[in-house]
Amino acid sequence: MITVNAMGDICPIPVVKTKKALGELNGPGEIEVLVDNETAVKNVTKMAKSSGASAESEQLGEKQYRVLITVGEAAAEQLKNAHNADAKTQAQPESAAGCRTCVGTVVAIGSDRMGEGSEELGHILMKSFIFALTQLDDLPDKILFYNGGAKITIEGSESLEDLKNLEEQGVEIMTCGTCLDYYGIKDKLAIGSVTNMYSIVETLQSAMNVIRP
Amino acid sequence: MKEEIRLTQFAKHGGCAAKIGPDTLSRVLGRLPKFSDPDLVVGFETSDDAAVYKITDDVAVIQTLDFFTPVVDDPYTFGQVAATNALSDVYAMGGEPKIALNIVCFPGDLDPDILGEILRGGADKVREAGAVLVGGHSIQDDVPKYGLSVAGLVHPDRVYKNFGCRKGDVLILTKQLGSGIINTAVKAQMASPESEVIRVMTTLNKKAKETAAEFTVHACTDVTGFGLLGHCAEMADASKAVIELGVEGIAFMHGAKEYAEMGLIPGGAYRNQEHVSHLLDTGDVEEVYVDLLSDPQTSGGLLFAVPEDEAERMLKAFEQADLGTEVSVVGRVLESGVDKPCIRLCNKAEM
Repeated sequence: MITVNAMGDICPIPVVKTKKALGELNGPGEIEVLVDNETAVKNVTKMAKSSGASAESEQLGEKQYRVLITVGEAAAEQLKNAHNADAKTQAQPESAAGCRTCVGTVVAIGSDRMGEGSEELGHILMKSFIFALTQLDDLPDKILFYNGGAKITIEGSESLEDLKNLEEQGVEIMTCGTCLDYYGIKDKLAIGSVTNMYSIVETLQSAMNVIRP
Repeated sequence: MKEEIRLTQFAKHGGCAAKIGPDTLSRVLGRLPKFSDPDLVVGFETSDDAAVYKITDDVAVIQTLDFFTPVVDDPYTFGQVAATNALSDVYAMGGEPKIALNIVCFPGDLDPDILGEILRGGADKVREAGAVLVGGHSIQDDVPKYGLSVAGLVHPDRVYKNFGCRKGDVLILTKQLGSGIINTAVKAQMASPESEVIRVMTTLNKKAKETAAEFTVHACTDVTGFGLLGHCAEMADASKAVIELGVEGIAFMHGAKEYAEMGLIPGGAYRNQEHVSHLLDTGDVEEVYVDLLSDPQTSGGLLFAVPEDEAERMLKAFEQADLGTEVSVVGRVLESGVDKPCIRLCNKAEM
């Protein structure tokens, strides 16, 4: 049995410690989590249940609680998969495909124009490329924007409506934070989230298809 | 390289989650002497958002104060969030902010440039609101805190109160919910600071209030530290109403439900649940929705109770005004003038 001492820890630290312990369990087993407040009891219980484990709590004394988490075979399998998927304890809300561990199609956009040649034409092509994405029957799971591509996800971008449309349909939109900083447009980001190189590499690596316009 | 300062590490509880629990507050405030004045339009008996005092038949002044501990790491953004939140109380009363004063607590050993950035963020929002910022007060303190005292103006006949909703009213909320949960997930380093939560927290309720001015508003409040449930409970209680909330129609931030299921819920949410438990009938909705609806919001949206026949047009007007946030119908008023006000949750509110 693993014992997690989260006495004196404030929200959300007990949950973070519990998640870590669940990841380290490596198979069925028990974890006891010691906490000193009821919020932590409730949150740790939720964390356990969302991982497929069962949890029981008891009050040991004044400001002293124990949550006993039991991880069965099925939960252990689920944890193993989840642990492999988010090595960096990055909790990803389920993607459109409903798959936590793999990513289907990722579109990687590294410029605000498409193809070589006329700059003006390049902008037009990129805009219609993103529009065309919205018309696909099988939408991509994620779209990454980096370098000049970061200019497409900011205020005033002509593709914003299309991207909103995609986001509403569950497509995750991520823009490279370093790039936003470089161009001084971080405060103008209008859609999706900011990402880093680690996640970009991970996303590209786990993708079954990568499309580069 | 300069050591990176994470502002949120100074604060045990960030933003409106730092609010003292509603149970504690009502116990303490109940012991204070009652003030009365014929020109006081709104006092604190109904737990409203600000004080409103009539100057002439056409002009009343709204006075409010709000400040809190850091809810995001970036100082400029924190300043924007705190100011947006403080200005919101004036909008929630139907008024226009006119004068703002800074209220600041800041550690003496922290880089003063950080404070400068916080104040710059606040000033930018005051300017966007069309008000003037004229000084303030600062003290040294181990935990940084920032906010504003704001004075605004309103016509005494057009003050929005948090009570007065009537049977048949539709409840419309102008921002998506989930900031407390998302900020907790960020603190747990399980989520990166998402642009959505920042955008929601820094969007002034100015446009929402201006758009609503064209419509009949029976009651209004801004949804902040007590969560949607807490603020609805205040509205139901003060209006003697039965309110039904349809969880499937309510807009939540991306990921909020998943994080709530993982137990990334601020303690304030549980305090809010306790406070409304005597009024609440959770029906057959999933438990996670109770957590989502009681999540303390930092700089949340305006909640309007409007007559059914105007609701559709109001929604359209919000859409045209392009608020930058998600507007949703959260529920409706089933009964008013009842002895036992309450809130019922259901999956889908009948419209």
